[in-house]
Amino acid sequence: MKTAWIFVVLGVAFLVAGSYLGLFVAPAEEYMGNVQRIMYVHVPTAWNWMLAVLYAFGAAIAFLFTANAKWDARLEAGLEVSTLLAFLLCCQGSIWAKPTWGVWWDWDPRLTSVAVLLFASIGIIALRGFVDDPHRRAVWSAVATIIASVDLPIVYYSVKWWNSLHQQQSSPQTVSSQFHLPLRLNAFGVLFLMIGFIMLRTRVANMNRARETALPPMTEHAGEIA
Amino acid sequence: MNESEKTRRKTRWFMLGAFVVAGAAFALIAATSMSKNLVYYWTPVDLYRAGNKAYGATIRLGGMVTPGSIKKLGGTAVEFDVHDATQHVHVKTSSVPPQMFRANIGVVVEGTMLRDGYFQSSRLMVSHNNEYKAPAKGHPVDQKTLRKMMESTEGIKD
Repeated sequence: MKTAWIFVVLGVAFLVAGSYLGLFVAPAEEYMGNVQRIMYVHVPTAWNWMLAVLYAFGAAIAFLFTANAKWDARLEAGLEVSTLLAFLLCCQGSIWAKPTWGVWWDWDPRLTSVAVLLFASIGIIALRGFVDDPHRRAVWSAVATIIASVDLPIVYYSVKWWNSLHQQQSSPQTVSSQFHLPLRLNAFGVLFLMIGFIMLRTRVANMNRARETALPPMTEHAGEIA
Repeated sequence: MNESEKTRRKTRWFMLGAFVVAGAAFALIAATSMSKNLVYYWTPVDLYRAGNKAYGATIRLGGMVTPGSIKKLGGTAVEFDVHDATQHVHVKTSSVPPQMFRANIGVVVEGTMLRDGYFQSSRLMVSHNNEYKAPAKGHPVDQKTLRKMMESTEGIKD
């Protein structure tokens, strides 16, 4: 609990430092001007979103392997935090796209594959809401998460496999060294914040689960009478 | 075998099933991407190769803006040439060009190829490459940067 808050505070501190450098110290990009500064949140969000999806994927496998409910709580947390990051990613991307590409959105392979994963994770969260039996809910959402995770390598390779509006991955060689520090600080900022959120959300999931299983057994077998 | 061991066996079968479905889905998508069934835009070469199929349908055309070809037509309308390694297509658009629009930048235009020999577009999008540069003093664009910018659309390598 305390560790989670340390991560949150650390994340905010890194984000403040990185964003300050990104907004006020680093120069504007040669062609894009100030709009490029959105990179300092967009790219860290993208990286950490992928990590969050991987975490949910790992938790899904661990749950199905061990049938231990604590992995279901971790899956729930990873899934929700990854959904939040995917949503932020699409919003930031749109804000960046309008002045540079000229459109808020287009169904190019990268954007489409990210949207697919965003809607898939919203769908899995909704699925969790529909299933009353905790074990069945855990199994179904773990299976759905593993299947949805197929989209993650597709997101990554979308800009290589197909021609797209979104540019290919940048590397330290293609990004001016003056942009590196704010980008890295914010990457760690989002990472720490994400770890803190996942830890806190896992705690909530565990408490919900404890409350659920503490209910009298009557409701659990209500379906069998009919 | 106790109860929890039984549950575990069952969930492991579910895991296997999930991996089979996931693997099949991935293989399918990877295979279709190899066969180029999924195309976001055509380059000028693709457009000419398509022959008659290129006319009339709404398509996206991607390539580089040819230097010296940009002409304002009054209002927001602009005309310019889009090229890849070997072909040029003349484009007319009523869409407001984004701030990044300039010679030698990648564009994706949505519209129709007309029999009159030009591409009529209602949606102009600028695609930039993966380079982010701090402004250098002196020459804004050196020869090397220009080269990289021109290669930034994939179609150009055909």
